[in-house]
Amino acid sequence: MASEASMSADNRINISDRLKRLFIRLGILPFLLVIAVIVFSLMSDNFLTGRNLMNVLRQSVYLTIVSLGQMLALLTGGFDLSVGTIVALSSVVGALAMATAFAAMPEMVWLAIFIGCFAGILAGTMVGVVNGIGVSLFNVSPFMMSLGMASVGFGIALYLTGGVPVYGMPQQFGDIFGFGALAGIPVPVYVAAIIILCLYLFLNWTPFGRYFYAVGGNIKAAGLSGISTRATLFWTYVFCAAMAAVAGMLLTARLDTGEANIGASMPLESIAACVIAGVSLRGGVGRVENVVLGALFIGLVQNGMNLARIESYLQTVVLGALLILAVIADQIRLRYVASLKR
Amino acid sequence: MSSHDREDAHPGDAHLLLEAINVTKQFPGVKALDGVDFELRAGEVHILFGENGAGKSTLISMIAGAARPTSGEFRFNGSPVHLNSVHEARALGISAVFQEFSLIPQMSVEENLFLGAEETRSGILQKRALHRRATEILKDLDFHLPVNLPVSRLTRAEQQMVEIAKAFRSELSVLVLDEPTASLTQHETEQLFRLIARLKADGVGIIYITHRMSEIREIGDRITILRDGHYIDTVDAKTTSEDELVRLMTGRVVGQIFPTVSYNPQQTLLEVSDLATADNGVRGASVTVRRGEIVGLAGLVGSGKSKFTQACFGARQIASGMVKFKDEDVTGLSTRKMLDRGFLYLPSDRKNDGLMMMRPVRENVSLASLTQRPVSNGLVLSAGGETRMATELAERLHLSPMRIERTVEHFSGGNQQKAMLARSLTREFDLIAFDEPTVGVDVGTRAAIYRFIAELCENGAAILLISSDLPEILHLSNRAYVFYRGQVQAELEGAQITEENVLKHFFEREAA
Repeated sequence: MASEASMSADNRINISDRLKRLFIRLGILPFLLVIAVIVFSLMSDNFLTGRNLMNVLRQSVYLTIVSLGQMLALLTGGFDLSVGTIVALSSVVGALAMATAFAAMPEMVWLAIFIGCFAGILAGTMVGVVNGIGVSLFNVSPFMMSLGMASVGFGIALYLTGGVPVYGMPQQFGDIFGFGALAGIPVPVYVAAIIILCLYLFLNWTPFGRYFYAVGGNIKAAGLSGISTRATLFWTYVFCAAMAAVAGMLLTARLDTGEANIGASMPLESIAACVIAGVSLRGGVGRVENVVLGALFIGLVQNGMNLARIESYLQTVVLGALLILAVIADQIRLRYVASLKR
Repeated sequence: MSSHDREDAHPGDAHLLLEAINVTKQFPGVKALDGVDFELRAGEVHILFGENGAGKSTLISMIAGAARPTSGEFRFNGSPVHLNSVHEARALGISAVFQEFSLIPQMSVEENLFLGAEETRSGILQKRALHRRATEILKDLDFHLPVNLPVSRLTRAEQQMVEIAKAFRSELSVLVLDEPTASLTQHETEQLFRLIARLKADGVGIIYITHRMSEIREIGDRITILRDGHYIDTVDAKTTSEDELVRLMTGRVVGQIFPTVSYNPQQTLLEVSDLATADNGVRGASVTVRRGEIVGLAGLVGSGKSKFTQACFGARQIASGMVKFKDEDVTGLSTRKMLDRGFLYLPSDRKNDGLMMMRPVRENVSLASLTQRPVSNGLVLSAGGETRMATELAERLHLSPMRIERTVEHFSGGNQQKAMLARSLTREFDLIAFDEPTVGVDVGTRAAIYRFIAELCENGAAILLISSDLPEILHLSNRAYVFYRGQVQAELEGAQITEENVLKHFFEREAA
């Protein structure tokens, strides 16, 4: 046995070396999570309670679902700036359709809810169809395509409502999909769980899922390997929009109104969640489980800042800074990887 | 013979312009140059000769200041120099024209000519003076180029002329030309040769890289041969025979690198008649490939041999002509359908066209067979099946290190190539097209790749070998087609496939 002093010195080197290796393997997210939990539990006693954590989980559902869609776009080497608009449009269209159907046949509540959800998700998905056609067929850059569609969709949502929230949906919609719980767990969490599971199985266990990684990894190699790159890109934006639309309907249920100005922060937050979770902006790299953690992390930070009574304007500053920090961390990680190679 | 010739070739009075003494360049894992000596006299054209990867490019990039030697020294006019940048080399009058152009497509000819050496007065561009000087230089060179046009609107030959003209923006003492005629027409080539003659008369030393015998004879004074990073010999360009040059270039290693392939052709697999592509890169080419034979497609870079194969494979739009595979008309089918019929194309540029660099080897190997057993049952992937297959293939190809979960970018060039070649074994392919299968891989891996190709062929597959590397075509193919400007210039068989015969058809017919 070596002496105490030299052992502690050894340990210190080991720990920093191990941290470095851990950083290279896992990325920045685990470190940020630990720091956030420590900081916020010091700032507020209510933070680390089961009740509050369940709250975080419920609040993060919407961002999680949108981020999973965003991840598909990032995987194929693009991104989708129209996810916020899709959330808004599906909310407005869904609420209008549901309210109209409910007014026409007040006794058939479930049919009205179904019609509303169907219409909302369809409307949101259509934005993705247009995005997909633009990107895959006409080679429009995803940046321009989704930026343009963000404006188009937002305009339509405002036009449909005149900027006024849509009321008149059946009580049951909000009661179940907004505030309902099963075995103590909120209903939206189940919806998110189902989407997470399906996407996980799809991306990791089907050939079609692998195509998304291939197209983002090297679109020419994918093409020469018999993968239809156009179809893959098209479905990327359709799936992404469909998920954002589902999030939009869940958010509508929670708010009990259809609103055109929800989801404005979604593009930034969803990209941040993905990047923090190690999804490569160059495409081809990213894992479902990490993105879920990334979205939860952003929810955790927002919740913690609320509890610590940090002003909402400042919260926006923190979020932007976190996004940039994550990108810088990724660059540092790449440099570490390169140095390890030598 | 060589030392004797060397004395005769040039009387001793021409002074030594540039010397490389015992120069070594070490790249991670590879010694690109190993103790090479080289000298250039004023007023001579010194040819650098050697196979791909022999170290020619490394040597000239050090002379041009773009890379620094690991050890050894350079002397310029007798005194040692350290060329730390292209700028410093330029200041001495050393200019290089590389194969890859360093032109900004959106900028005009004159802006490109003076890029990095703009004339300014108190920080303001002197556009009129630049325009005047650009016009002067081009006139002096007898290059008829529109100075105001963006470079992107010029033909490749014209771009090459801009690149050459760049060397003349300051006093010139050493000019390096790396296969400058590859994209020039006969007329433009003659123009370039006249220019070279003029420079020689002015006492400029010219280092010239080429594979073309006719050019060596026409303009060369001395030839230095490199092989696998080693200096082999310096010989006289006018008197050394072609056979001798090839022997020096390839060395005795040839027999060991290239396997002997038994030749027993069977039924016809691929039958292409009068194929033309929509982009005009291929203009009416006909090729047939039979089971059990290796068919070489030779020709210069850009002669249409790659485009031809890509078009057959469904990766490039076909304008006219017919592709028949296993007696079925498959013209214009998608790559997926071609794969399902048993035709695989492996691209030349593994980084840009072949591999997902940030994904593991396993995924890169299985990429073209994701809907096939054992990778999946069509709907669901089988982790075990995929891993087992990838491991087996990696072992068979001696992937090093043997770690299939490692991302491809962390492997050496040769092992990256193996990861891509392994794709040809992921299902039963009847026809496999290898496009430049040994670009940028070391000699050992090259031998392994050749054995691999020969094995596939002997097991009854048909092989299309697309290569700009002449020895590859000479030693491996049973039959060869020589492409020139999108057309088949010649079909050679068996003993007809000699260096002279193939090279003869690399160029225009009247030039041969």
